[in-house]
Amino acid sequence: MDHFSEAPIPRFPSPLARALRFMPLAPVSLALTRLTRNMATRHASMFRRLGEHADARFLLDPTDLPVTLCLEPMQGRPKITLYRSPPQADARIAGPLAALIGLVHGAYDGDALFFSRDLVIEGDTAAALALRNAVDDAELDIATEIENLSGPFARPLHKLIELAERRTGVALTRHEEDLLW
Amino acid sequence: MTLANMQLTVGPNQFFWKAEDWSALYDDLANAPVSRVVLGELVCSKRLPFYQDAILPAIETLMAAGKEVVLTSLALVTLKRELKATAALAEIGVEVEINDLTALAHLPEGAKFSVGPLVNVYNEGTLGWLAKRGATRICLPPELPLSSVEALCQAATDAGIAIEVWGHGRIPLAISGRCYHARMHGRMKDNCLFACEDDPDGLEVDTSDGTPFLSMNGVQTLSDSCASMAHQVEALSEAGVSSLRLSPQSKGFVETCVQYRQRLDGVIDADTLSTELVRVSGGMRLSDGFLTGARGADWSGKAA
Amino acid sequence: MVMEIVCPAGTPAALRAAVKAGAHTIYCGFADETNARNFPGLNFSREEMAEGIAFAHARGSKVLIAINTFPRAGSENLWHAAVSDAETAGADAVILADMGLLAYAANNHPNLRRHLSVQAAAANAEVINFYGAEFGIKRVVLPRVLSVQEITAINKETDIETEVFVFGGLCVMAEGRCSLSSYATGLSPNMNGVCSPASHVEYIEDGGALSAKLGGYTIHSVGEGEPAPYPTLCKGCFNAGDKSGHLFEDPVSLNAEQLIPQLAKAGVTALKIEGRQRSRSYVAQVVKNFRAAVEAVDAGRPLPEGMMARLSEGQAVTTGAYKKTWR
Repeated sequence: MDHFSEAPIPRFPSPLARALRFMPLAPVSLALTRLTRNMATRHASMFRRLGEHADARFLLDPTDLPVTLCLEPMQGRPKITLYRSPPQADARIAGPLAALIGLVHGAYDGDALFFSRDLVIEGDTAAALALRNAVDDAELDIATEIENLSGPFARPLHKLIELAERRTGVALTRHEEDLLW
Repeated sequence: MTLANMQLTVGPNQFFWKAEDWSALYDDLANAPVSRVVLGELVCSKRLPFYQDAILPAIETLMAAGKEVVLTSLALVTLKRELKATAALAEIGVEVEINDLTALAHLPEGAKFSVGPLVNVYNEGTLGWLAKRGATRICLPPELPLSSVEALCQAATDAGIAIEVWGHGRIPLAISGRCYHARMHGRMKDNCLFACEDDPDGLEVDTSDGTPFLSMNGVQTLSDSCASMAHQVEALSEAGVSSLRLSPQSKGFVETCVQYRQRLDGVIDADTLSTELVRVSGGMRLSDGFLTGARGADWSGKAA
Repeated sequence: MVMEIVCPAGTPAALRAAVKAGAHTIYCGFADETNARNFPGLNFSREEMAEGIAFAHARGSKVLIAINTFPRAGSENLWHAAVSDAETAGADAVILADMGLLAYAANNHPNLRRHLSVQAAAANAEVINFYGAEFGIKRVVLPRVLSVQEITAINKETDIETEVFVFGGLCVMAEGRCSLSSYATGLSPNMNGVCSPASHVEYIEDGGALSAKLGGYTIHSVGEGEPAPYPTLCKGCFNAGDKSGHLFEDPVSLNAEQLIPQLAKAGVTALKIEGRQRSRSYVAQVVKNFRAAVEAVDAGRPLPEGMMARLSEGQAVTTGAYKKTWR
């Protein structure tokens, strides 16, 4: 039996994370909701893939940020709300922001992250799995999705992403299945 | 079909017993209220030499007592000696129960045979195909729900064959190329020193927090619980099941056969049977969840 | 001849990733209980399947459709429709396990190539030839209970192509003959296309320790920082007699990359990668590695360095039954 070491997943720099503590959450929530609704139109099959879990509530918890996202797919009319103290939900997926975004972009494999405990799943495991699989199939590119976004909601996101990309080395654009390890 | 018409079949002993204990079982069964006895080695070909010489006398005893006698094939045939043993089965002249399709490959075209619970008969198509090949009786896989049993009984009636279900005994859940008894003792399968002989009903496997879960029997994995159709025989009879299979255990097995017969004949009720089964076996946990429960381990009777 | 890489795809995106990464063949299933990876959010609609096959064919890859659960009594038409739809979608073969379904496909879709699924657990040449004679199968996926020597012997005695698993999840039991999952959860690979289903998994974090339950049974518990394998029943940590541990199998996954030269010599036609439930990035990475490996073996070069541990379950790997000591 062989054991191998692995490259660590980048963590969001803590001074920046601390700064986020004072960020107003409501406009960002609205912007993210707008973003996911746009995605829902462009990637309808992603929400179809959720099947019976399309009404579940998911907590996406970047463990290196002082906020938690609550995603409600609502049968293809998704809503995202940011919380400082997370509410009850059907499933919680927690891990470093880079891992969560890397999953979306296909840079990481969900099972591998889970085995290495970089990712934690709680609650309804089947719902979490459905979301993971649906997102993996959608070949999302968050940066492109944000570029497509306009209006008052776009600005705070643009700023946030720019900052993060510059300072963290986190995968913010989709990788053509070229892996980070 | 009425309950009293339902027959009892004794399945092959799944465990590794000393030759004298093995022979004693079949001597006792000659006088038990069972119609059919399936015997031979199902699980591990390495066990066979230890009691091979006792098989023919057992067949004679049982036949003389008026029982139908059937020889089982191995459940998983991979090695050369296993292939040879499987080929030889067809030549003994006793009805064969196939528990691996390899055995069917050796039966002459058109020969009558029966199908054991370890062959995957899940639907009418497979049942019909086996019937066309000469199957006269099928013991269904233990994991089938009642709805499947009902549909398959219907198909069996059309095809003119008999359906049997797993009626009693630890449930065969899996078979492997690896021997878990040997592995647990830090030995290789080829040098297992017959570790499974110490556990005449399998070795109990508990979860890490102490819940009884499975049992280990060499290359086979069984349930910890003992399946019992005590509460299900009416539903099975109504579905058209013609026989219940009782799987041998080391304690009180002939008594167990007698009690099932009494249950079918209306002498005792389901609760009484269940209580008696637990008593004679020395405290087995019962289950019947595959048939009507949410999962195999569930039990529809009173909590023990 | 270069050995054929047969690669899993749980989603259209994974199929495209596999094709681009160089998979000769991709296997996938319809999004229902007809296939043995019937997991939430996975698999293909009829439309997606036809598109996926067209995509693969345009780039010279083949697509196999796994219809490898055992049809439910009273509902066989669902499985019959899957076979028919596979042919319509242009599948290069169907992978079947059930005798009744094999007979149906042979009678009603004689021109659709049939492979025997690992779920049929055909573990010797005689039974493989029997399936060939009765149902016209062209290839068998060998059960993961055989050693390389046994595989060599099988290939000597049959003309039917053999395909073996080389990477991914490892069943320690003979597949298609295991009801452990339905005993604990009511859902089984044979009937429902799931093993140790996520819907019955419960993770409990307790001060750094993580315990995983399946249908209420504790499968394992790991301390802080230790790898946390999925609670697959047969890889759990149990007690028996005075022993405790992984009594059936360690939480390892199969990696037979180093055995490719021996498997080639044993006459194996195709190498199969497990993991329709894994991501497109996993698929792409594993395919690239194995494609490079079979090209190297074919050219008589040494195998490239393996780098797939990160993708493995529990991050530990085994060569499984291929080495006889596994038993």
